[in-house]
Amino acid sequence: MSIARAMPHDSAALHVTGAARYVDDIPAPANCLHLAFGLSDVAHGRIVSVDLDAVRAAPGVTLVLAAGDLPFANDVSPSAHDEPLLAEGHVHYMGQPIFVVAATTHLAARKAARQARIEIEPLPAILSLDDALAADARFEDGPRIYAKGDAAAAIGRAAHRLSGRIEIGGQEHFYLEGQAALALPQDGGEMVVHSSSQHPTEIQHKVAEALGLPMNAVRVEVRRMGGGFGGKESQGNALAVACAVMAAATGRPCKMRYDRDDDMVITGKRHDFRIEYDVGHDEAGRIEGIAFTQYARCGWAQDLSLPVADRAMLHADNAYLLENVTITSHRLRTNTQSATAFRGFGGPQGMVGIERVMDEIAHRLGRDPLEVRRANFYASAHDVAAGPGGQPPGAPRSISGQMKQGRGLVGGETPVHGAGDIASRGAMAEQAEPVGPVTDPGDVQTTPYHMPVTDFILHEMVDRLVETSDYAERRRVVAEWNAGNAVLKKGIALTPVKFGISFTLTHLNQAGALVHVYQDGSVHLNHGGTEMGQGLHQKVRQVAAERFGIDAERVRISATDTGKVPNTSATAASSGADLNGMAVAAACDTIRDRIAAFLSELHQARVESVVFEAGEVRVGGESYDFAKAVQLAYQGRISLSATGFYATPGIEWDRIAGKGRPFFYFAHGAAVSEAVIDTRTGENRLLRVDILHDAGRSLNPALDVGQIEGGFVQGAGWLTTEELVWDDRGRLTTHAPSTYKIPAASDRPEIFNVALWDGENAAETIYRSKAVGEPPLMLGISALMALSDAVASCGPHYPALDAPATAERVLAAVARARG
Amino acid sequence: MQISFLLNGETVTAETRPTATLLDWLRESRGLTGTKEGCNEGDCGACTVIVTDAGGPRALNACILFMGQLPGRAVRTVEGISGPDGTLHPVQRAMIDAHGSQCGFCTPGFVASMACAHLQGATDHDDRLAGNLCRCTGYAPIVRAARAAESAPVPDWMHDVAPMSLAVPGEAPDVSGDTAPSHAGVAADWGHRDPVAGTGASGAGDPGQGADAYRPRTLDAFATWYVENPEATLVAGATDVGLWVTKGLRDLGTVAFLNDIAEMTQVDVSESGIRVGAGVTVAALRTAVAERYPSLAELLRRFGSQQVREAATIGGNIANGSPIGDAAPALIALGARLHLRRGADRREIALEDFFVDYGNQDRGPGEFVEAVTIPRSTGRLECHKISKRFDQDISALCGCVHFEMDGDVVSDIRIAFGGMAGTPRRAPAAEAAFRGRRLDEGLAEAKAALAQDFTPLSDMRASAGYRLDAARGVLERVCDTGTGPRHVLEVQA
Repeated sequence: MSIARAMPHDSAALHVTGAARYVDDIPAPANCLHLAFGLSDVAHGRIVSVDLDAVRAAPGVTLVLAAGDLPFANDVSPSAHDEPLLAEGHVHYMGQPIFVVAATTHLAARKAARQARIEIEPLPAILSLDDALAADARFEDGPRIYAKGDAAAAIGRAAHRLSGRIEIGGQEHFYLEGQAALALPQDGGEMVVHSSSQHPTEIQHKVAEALGLPMNAVRVEVRRMGGGFGGKESQGNALAVACAVMAAATGRPCKMRYDRDDDMVITGKRHDFRIEYDVGHDEAGRIEGIAFTQYARCGWAQDLSLPVADRAMLHADNAYLLENVTITSHRLRTNTQSATAFRGFGGPQGMVGIERVMDEIAHRLGRDPLEVRRANFYASAHDVAAGPGGQPPGAPRSISGQMKQGRGLVGGETPVHGAGDIASRGAMAEQAEPVGPVTDPGDVQTTPYHMPVTDFILHEMVDRLVETSDYAERRRVVAEWNAGNAVLKKGIALTPVKFGISFTLTHLNQAGALVHVYQDGSVHLNHGGTEMGQGLHQKVRQVAAERFGIDAERVRISATDTGKVPNTSATAASSGADLNGMAVAAACDTIRDRIAAFLSELHQARVESVVFEAGEVRVGGESYDFAKAVQLAYQGRISLSATGFYATPGIEWDRIAGKGRPFFYFAHGAAVSEAVIDTRTGENRLLRVDILHDAGRSLNPALDVGQIEGGFVQGAGWLTTEELVWDDRGRLTTHAPSTYKIPAASDRPEIFNVALWDGENAAETIYRSKAVGEPPLMLGISALMALSDAVASCGPHYPALDAPATAERVLAAVARARG
Repeated sequence: MQISFLLNGETVTAETRPTATLLDWLRESRGLTGTKEGCNEGDCGACTVIVTDAGGPRALNACILFMGQLPGRAVRTVEGISGPDGTLHPVQRAMIDAHGSQCGFCTPGFVASMACAHLQGATDHDDRLAGNLCRCTGYAPIVRAARAAESAPVPDWMHDVAPMSLAVPGEAPDVSGDTAPSHAGVAADWGHRDPVAGTGASGAGDPGQGADAYRPRTLDAFATWYVENPEATLVAGATDVGLWVTKGLRDLGTVAFLNDIAEMTQVDVSESGIRVGAGVTVAALRTAVAERYPSLAELLRRFGSQQVREAATIGGNIANGSPIGDAAPALIALGARLHLRRGADRREIALEDFFVDYGNQDRGPGEFVEAVTIPRSTGRLECHKISKRFDQDISALCGCVHFEMDGDVVSDIRIAFGGMAGTPRRAPAAEAAFRGRRLDEGLAEAKAALAQDFTPLSDMRASAGYRLDAARGVLERVCDTGTGPRHVLEVQA
């Protein structure tokens, strides 16, 4: 069995010896040029003049290009064509690239880029949410609204009503490997690009447009990234396009990597949000009606902001059944970096909103917030009778049966024609989504977007976690501590996560694979997913090994390559293993079935009786080593290469109406955090964290636990020490790790217990596993709520703790709590 | 310039600018790409290597380590942490087994830090790894790996000996600190007038980028030279000057590398106090004061990461005059005296008088910080650093209080803060509120008096209001005579 084994990351031995290659480590040809951008130092303005003479004269400089010098499209946007590679006419944020310089060394290019004399006439800059609201600067015509029931009426007649708001800061990805690309010009004008990108097809598309070439003349390779977290879904476009254009212009290989400060100043981050809420609830804390208003600060260009803001709306309910709800979403345009994808993709912000509401209701009622959370939970999967539109939890079945069904479902897919970035999550405005009439879910519990919830397992998971974390007793001990300590106060909180899995742009839920079996029984495969540390290649390799009944060591996965598997979706939305695992299984099964058919004929046995197991193929009483069976098939002139394809079944979504079934299933998790604060300084620390997370039937428990531990710490960092600060000119003042503080080793909780829920996915996913990339990040919300609990012990008033809960914000909240 | 040192056990001679960083040289000239650039400012640790000199092995950030600091040292990169035959080091094996790598980009730096700690038998892993950032794992599996490897024997190949003879090609090093400078005969002084002639190095390359470099061996030689070259850039640990190059893209002009002056690295404890040479690293000072001033030792732990503490010097931290350097408030609270020298002329001033104004210190051309003396005291020192993150962060504010009690009355007190003004500065009004009274009697008045003493600024680290509030919190904490934990870092789950 390869599946469900805790195998190490497939590159682990390369990582620890320094042998794993990233873009900047690829040996470049000797005449390689190095690129750097010249950046705007004004947040908003009209470019009056650009004098690049000094740049051209700087030592080592080969070529300098500004917008007017570009041969074809000046566009690196993944959505609305509103993001030029190099600024034209106006600059829209401080850090926007205006020109690009190629020089003989990285340092020479960086030095030369600072020699420009650029005159910019400043224009009023819209920096904050309030600025944007005042100027009505937004994407889309007006706010987007999703609704179910009658929120206003329900709020009005509820016994209790509260309203408030929370400010939620953004987050820098801080992938350890900065953005990087290397373009190698080929004969015939073709281009090969190595990119540190989660979305090679997007890179291919943008490079092709920039060079005036069809996509078949551009090949993009991604061996691995040194971290992505969403920050390399669209933000690598600029570097890849710059390198390709420069390489085409000079005929020389071109490499570009951002210095860390440039990376943080140029690229987008997680959207910061303001969420306002107006809630009506009963004595038990059950929400009867709720209205959310979400304000997202999107930055200067659209990028992926629309689907990000959509996903924030789609997670405004988190784990709670809201019968009467309105969610209003404003996507605001500001003269700051264009906010982009970041692990969770808006979901975390939406979730923080309702967790704040739970916390505040509990405070109002003097109850344990966990009671209020439970009172609002969706009904358990056990208690839900699937309605007409509901999907009942499927019984376990043989995987072969699933595969056949899966393949059957994709027969109707049609190629999509037309220009635009249709492989991008930002594409929804570009292409009329073929949305049919959305099925009426009938009489079942539904989300605010009318999707039935039939697989909810948080009742059971929370029961288990309460027990294993000793929540009740520890809550008592915390109260006791707080009674005896005037200065250092503790808090504890349990928060759940229910996260929707699928791209909300439905057509992206597809994947392809290419599998070769060689004569010696070794297997080589490619799929559309990229490796950014999550261990996707290892999981997919385990799937392939399982299909062939061989050891995973016999399967090799090489760099993701648009020449091997075309039209890939970004490795994003936690979908990597779900989509690509299925596609690879389909390809393997095709080859396996051919071998089985051949051998069964040879042995006059029934094809169903051929078994691939433990490195052997058994047929008609005979047992072949896998390699021998392959050899026989080869000699029998059987094709040992196949593609595989998968499209997620059963999803349909109308994002304008806010109705449908955007998600294939939900992934769940819950965390208990305990924290301590110093009421004199606001300094605070996580003491203990217990997590129970739902990865379905885990493909690889070690890798999944790694995603959970890492996701939690990243989420807790977002909500505590990671603070982005812009000054009043729009300059990001936290543009390096000296000023932007991601968690360090000692920030992880001293006691950190992580367990996997021992269930399986009700939906028919690859071996009934569940996506695990993003959901654990939101477990970090428990850290914010534990801090809120600690602050609440300081006085009678609700702390209304904003995020990130830096020492400064905690101290201010202590003052508010005391009143 | 030619620079000879040991690289992964092999003698190498690099032909390079002295202000090229080791990281760039490894990656661009040597093809050793295992060592990574994560931030290029010494904050993320992806470039960590092990450097051994006479003082033993140290984990250092290669991105802000100049080649000119390396002659006669032994450098070990991730490529040399596995054995010559490819055998994995125990920490590498443990990292694989514990699933300690995900994207793998930070991993070589972690492996270098872990292997260095392993070599030294250090097991305070959170602290040893504070200067290595990982964005994927959440650290738990990495620390598990570090623990698992603790008891494994150190592989043979890890025992580097600094080849000090390489510091001066063809000449035995002159380690006698008393030798009078003789530029003609002392090879280490090759940079005095004609660096190219002195080394045989070619003058080609980029002349604007610090081709002039001087590596004095004795304090006297350096003092004489600096009078004649007062515009030179002095490099001790390069944790600050390194960024002038990697971020400021500045040419440093003539550079003097001070890390071969043994006299500057002395800590002398005597009846009258502790004299700390300007070249003493923060790490060495931390060890030296651990027993007498545990609170200062803890402040020095939080001064920066292991890599930074092992490179940064006390002299550098004082001389650069930063308002947020952590050494100054503690030393001012202790009544430290600063020893300045220009040529043969020496003078001594109160440390607090050195910081005239923001960006302005009482140091003349050709004058340098030679040492700082902490007078003997019978009082108690408390240091409280407030920063967004506990480890490897720059202070929003740093409050240090030294007080002597006569019974339960404060007989003498010095309160100094960093981060509250343009310079590290005392709080005279708050001090006055305490003097001659019990701590609890003086507290309220002292807290109020801080607003007289300081008008802090708002920046990305904290607002002015918070700085004042937290400074008051620091005074409360100092006056807290309770027996329980006084700091969140002391609280257990």
